[in-house]
Amino acid sequence: MRDGVVVKGVQFRNHRVVGEIVELAQRYSDEGADELVFYDITASPDGRSVDRAWVSRVAAKIDIPFCVAGGIRSIADAEEVLNKGADKISINTPALEEPGLITRLARRFGTQCVVLGVDSREQDGSYHVYQYTGDPDKTAAAERLTTEWIREALDRGAGEVVLNCMNQDGVRQGYDNEQLRTVRQACTVPLIASGGAGAIEHFRDVFQIADVDGALAASVFHSAEIDIRDLKAYLGSEGIEVRPAGDRRER
Amino acid sequence: MAGSVAIIDSGGANIASLQFALDRLGYSASLTTAPNVIQGADRVILPGVGAAADAMQRLRDGGLVDVIRGLGQPVLGICLGMQLLADASEEEDVDCLGIIPGVARRLPVAEGFPVPNMGWCPVTKTAETQVLDGIDDGSYFYFVHSYALPASAFTLATARHADEFSAVIGRENFVAAQFHPERSSVDGARLLRNFLEPAT
Repeated sequence: MRDGVVVKGVQFRNHRVVGEIVELAQRYSDEGADELVFYDITASPDGRSVDRAWVSRVAAKIDIPFCVAGGIRSIADAEEVLNKGADKISINTPALEEPGLITRLARRFGTQCVVLGVDSREQDGSYHVYQYTGDPDKTAAAERLTTEWIREALDRGAGEVVLNCMNQDGVRQGYDNEQLRTVRQACTVPLIASGGAGAIEHFRDVFQIADVDGALAASVFHSAEIDIRDLKAYLGSEGIEVRPAGDRRER
Repeated sequence: MAGSVAIIDSGGANIASLQFALDRLGYSASLTTAPNVIQGADRVILPGVGAAADAMQRLRDGGLVDVIRGLGQPVLGICLGMQLLADASEEEDVDCLGIIPGVARRLPVAEGFPVPNMGWCPVTKTAETQVLDGIDDGSYFYFVHSYALPASAFTLATARHADEFSAVIGRENFVAAQFHPERSSVDGARLLRNFLEPAT
């Protein structure tokens, strides 16, 4: 999201508006999404924080877990977001700038609240971390190898890792299963795949090949090309354990 | 419909999602540490996110240990709140409230079962309980935890990570869930409603 609306780009560029936050959140929650992640992609490059009024609006409406990413640079930032009803906070660039932030957040709120977002791509045969990825003009290599950074972050108390595979983001050719498999070896906490989903088979593949704990996608859901109910029925039929997409009838 | 609902403030963030869930069910709950408010409420919820030792310290500092032990109205523990109702927790070896027998154990680390356990797990009913009325056996609930109570005579439903553990426990007027009903979609809402509006 940027400036209060949901946007989506391709390989972190050329973002277009796809909808209103609460409406989309409600739709995905009704369709059976297991968790929602809100990225404020403008936050870190501008050196400002997320506009947080919407966090309460989302929390009031939806009854599945959600995570807020973007501009969380301090205990106070995280506390505000969690107090407004978010279940987790995800940090990326601020953690690279100051790894001690992970430690402090985990001590204060528990490791389960602290998600590490990692933007990573292959270069010269190894995987490297990138930062400031919300703004193409500022995106830069973080001078860290992906698996080394994840190991350090886990030692510091990160409780979950979302790996955004930049080569694949928004191009819908499938998740970067090879990279995810490599990272899986180093990642003893839940690992969420991000970047590249274009077809329902891609979700099957990433669970079967890379053994991830979750698969995150945006474009295919925003465009309604993939319906979460169909996706879950398919994954179930392929022998992957998923929470069935419920109908939202009152029980 | 139950009248007043008190949420015991045991510290930690993330009470908002519980309050919002109660709002959606038509209840306005007060977040409180005041013994008289807790004792006077029709329903009491003991939530908890964070470390057991911190939460117990906060309850002791607030003079709430005996207040909670003495409650006679329906009380619902959620997540860490469930572990606080037990005898003790392995987390920093802390003594808890001792209301429901059992000791919270750290989830074992095993290949394919990352700790903390974060996500949706199916819950299997093992005894009749009113809070699970109308909820299908095997329904999924949202868990976020590193410790859990092993199955015992007080277990009402179980779930599995690497090992089986208590997903719902109960004793007399106390009932508790290891998962977060406030974040568990329609089935979570049903559980909360069952707790707030028991069939007569």
